[in-house]
Amino acid sequence: MEFVLIAVVVLFLLALVFGGLLGFASIRFKVEGNPIVDQIDALLPQTQCGQCGHPGCRPYAEAIANGEAINHCPPGGESTIAALADLLDVEAIPLDAEHGEEQAKTVAFIREDECIGCTKCIQACPVDAIVGAAKLMHTVVTAECTGCDLCVEPCPVDCIDMLPIPTTLTTWSWPAPTPELQLIATDRPRQLAQEGQV
Amino acid sequence: MSKIWQFHGGIHPPENKQQSLQQAIRKLPLPARLMVPLQQHIGAPADSLVKVGDKVLKGQLIAQPIGHISVGVHAPSSGTVVDITPHPVPHASGMPGNCIIIATDGEERWTELHPHPDHRSLDRTKLTTLIRRAGVSGMGGAGFPSDIKLHLGDDHIVNTLIINAVECEPYITADDILMRERAEQIVAGLEISAHLINPTHCIIGIEDNKPEAARAMLAAIRASELDAEVVVLPTKYPSGGERQLIKLVTGVEVASGKLPADVGIVVQNVSTLVAIHQAVHHGRPLISRITTVTGAAVRDPGNLEVLIGTPVQTLLDFCALDPTQLSRLVMGGPMMGLTLLDPSVPVIKTSNCLIAGTAQEFPASAPEMNCIRCGNCEQVCPAELLPQQLLWFAKGRELDKAKRYNLLDCIECGACAYVCPSNIPLVQYYRFAKGEIRREQQEQRQAEQARIRFEARQARLEQEKQEKEEKRKSRAKAAAANQAQRKDVAEQQTLDKDDTETRLKSLKTQAAVARTKLKKAEKTLAQAEETGASELDALRSAVAENQANSDKAQAALDEAQRSVPAKTISPTLKELKVAAAIARTKVTKTAKALADAQSKQLPSAEPLAKALIDLTAKAEAAELAVQQLSISAPPVPAPSTQPAAPLDPKQLKTAAAVARTKLKKAHKALLQAQEEGNDCTELSAQVATLETQAAQAQADWDQAENGADSRQPESAGSVDLSALKSAAAIARTKVKKTQQALERAEAEGQPSAEQLRNALQELQRKAERAQHALEDAQTQQEA
Repeated sequence: MEFVLIAVVVLFLLALVFGGLLGFASIRFKVEGNPIVDQIDALLPQTQCGQCGHPGCRPYAEAIANGEAINHCPPGGESTIAALADLLDVEAIPLDAEHGEEQAKTVAFIREDECIGCTKCIQACPVDAIVGAAKLMHTVVTAECTGCDLCVEPCPVDCIDMLPIPTTLTTWSWPAPTPELQLIATDRPRQLAQEGQV
Repeated sequence: MSKIWQFHGGIHPPENKQQSLQQAIRKLPLPARLMVPLQQHIGAPADSLVKVGDKVLKGQLIAQPIGHISVGVHAPSSGTVVDITPHPVPHASGMPGNCIIIATDGEERWTELHPHPDHRSLDRTKLTTLIRRAGVSGMGGAGFPSDIKLHLGDDHIVNTLIINAVECEPYITADDILMRERAEQIVAGLEISAHLINPTHCIIGIEDNKPEAARAMLAAIRASELDAEVVVLPTKYPSGGERQLIKLVTGVEVASGKLPADVGIVVQNVSTLVAIHQAVHHGRPLISRITTVTGAAVRDPGNLEVLIGTPVQTLLDFCALDPTQLSRLVMGGPMMGLTLLDPSVPVIKTSNCLIAGTAQEFPASAPEMNCIRCGNCEQVCPAELLPQQLLWFAKGRELDKAKRYNLLDCIECGACAYVCPSNIPLVQYYRFAKGEIRREQQEQRQAEQARIRFEARQARLEQEKQEKEEKRKSRAKAAAANQAQRKDVAEQQTLDKDDTETRLKSLKTQAAVARTKLKKAEKTLAQAEETGASELDALRSAVAENQANSDKAQAALDEAQRSVPAKTISPTLKELKVAAAIARTKVTKTAKALADAQSKQLPSAEPLAKALIDLTAKAEAAELAVQQLSISAPPVPAPSTQPAAPLDPKQLKTAAAVARTKLKKAHKALLQAQEEGNDCTELSAQVATLETQAAQAQADWDQAENGADSRQPESAGSVDLSALKSAAAIARTKVKKTQQALERAEAEGQPSAEQLRNALQELQRKAERAQHALEDAQTQQEA
């Protein structure tokens, strides 16, 4: 009987100690917010274009964390979908055409002699990449432009173009090698013979 | 002789060096045109300092370095700048780069040079600036600005300076012949480098296939005060790679992602040393180099001293190219060089070799076959990577994994592809994957930057909103306080007023009650007199008493009324009017009562008549007051009947827009009705009226605008150009938009096309007018 009592008391004390520890840890090491949202947000292209239907990339990241489909981001395209699928361990699905198509990256360009200085594009720009003042010409800071094209619609004189980013000598990179016909060695003389006939 | 170490892998391709070593260095005749690219080095392109038409002298700085990693560009010969334009340059992409094109005048006049024969008298910063201004960048292959390497000693402890005289690629002999013929210049450059870096020992690494060069270098070093060691290395490709050479001569491995300077080593190429010597001791910038021209398609191969910017074609012609034999033109070595598609590209600072290869030398690459996992590539990889693994990752675009397997440490030497039995172009896959990784990293950086900017903007907007809200709250608070104060005052006033009013009212009631009692008493008295009842005396005394009461009440009331201050000093017109109307009504009522009383011959007729006269007088007075006030009051501004000028065009515009919108809506309704087959005569009539209305509004507006337009030029001096400009731009945009709408309408065959066409014409006219006005204003301003 004594042993039983001792065992019960010891277990009770142990439970108290560990319960206290757990309680302390849950307060001391509490994780603020949902960490998965940050991870998703880091994968999104941060164009802040709103094509997904959310006001910015982070809201979409939160929506994905809450179960929205991962294929609503046209600027990110297939690579972003693949990365998201990898992160969330879900099936990579093709881009939802309803939200737009994946296009080559562009930057906004203001035809400066046509700009009337209305500042509407400045207000529309999500990353403050347009500089200018009322009644003065505006221009785009190309290095900061995400190509979201949110500034095109508000322009009253249609002086904003979305231009594809030109490849320069410094930005050029090697294209993927295009392998020729995959042949086994014994096929090669035959192929050469065919070419000779033609 | 110090110990020689080994690096992993490597291959032994046929050397093919003897062909170009049969002759001494020859000087290429001056070409008619020199194309000098602004970017011949790693880093930011230089910024052009000359314009088209400028005369330049040999050695003159024609483009200055911008930023930290950049070097200047100099005129290789005297002449005239004929163009600054994109021109094909030696680059794997085949894309044109900006070049300064100089038409040479054949005089070879040098610009003023500032030689410093004693480099030890200059301080280090000045020396490195001099080297930077002289345009010296690495001449071995990559073209890294030399000045940066030379003052690495400032923040790194550099104890070893290695001179790369290995030249491991087949065919190339430029460094070999340079060492044979100009060893003393190399040593002079080495002295400057050693002075700048101050290493504990200098090592010159030379492959054992260049014994003559090694001997020349040894002799030159013995002749100088320098304590440098010549190390002869076994021939193996790619022992000329920076990391491979470091491993060979020191046994040290440079860790992934680190620089040689991090382990205390700087490597310089021999050609670069000559350029440094020329720049410092003779003041001559880097404007020429030794280039090997070789390959089976040239009949007279050899090493040429070539001005930077000389077209490759000139070199080939000088060495007697046989165009029928030429199958592939390669700049650089056969392992790492790039194929030139256009022989008009210029020689640049890094062009050490030109191979005009025949079809036998460079056969078309055999078809790629599948990897058989033989492992040969892994055996030869000098960077100790896993080429097979990297191939899978590059093919499957698994860039993360490729990065984890250190793809970025690949030096693209091509040894793996050289030994591959399946003819897989491994290096091409790696180059592609590296490009993708870099692009992805760049995108990630940009995304991060965009995110930071977006969040900063959100925070700013939020803050602005909060500030606005706070301002609004404080304003509302102030307003509330203000109002409360005013209310208090008003309440006080009404309280005072109420007091007197209630008193007056009660007095009035009392007086009325007294009068009624008096009347009743009088009536009873009259009845009693008629019937001849007793108690007449008592009744009479009661009447008298009542009379007295009534008089007293009346007196009190009069008193109170007098004590109340005159109600309003200046009664408003409205109040007066009301008073006058009341007076009139009273007069008519009294007149009626009087007439009634007179017809019945009642005794009350007399007082009534008196009261009537009184009231009439009062009414007249009220009427008079009304008239006076209405005369003295300022006349109500009558609505102006004058159109055009005072009419606000903005209002007109709004009216026109409203009319248009209504019309549009009506149109829509009509169309819908038509579609649904409803009766639409009424609707169409409505549409017609609306149309006329809209047209009217539009015409009004146009008129007003025309008026405004015609007025505008009068104020010529103060014409607001920007306003005109925006007006013109808006007009143009409208024209454009209408045109688009018209096209759409026409395409869909809508009936509105006709209207749109008219509108378009109108808009076009307007746009023209706006444009004219703008031009006029501009010419005026210019005048």
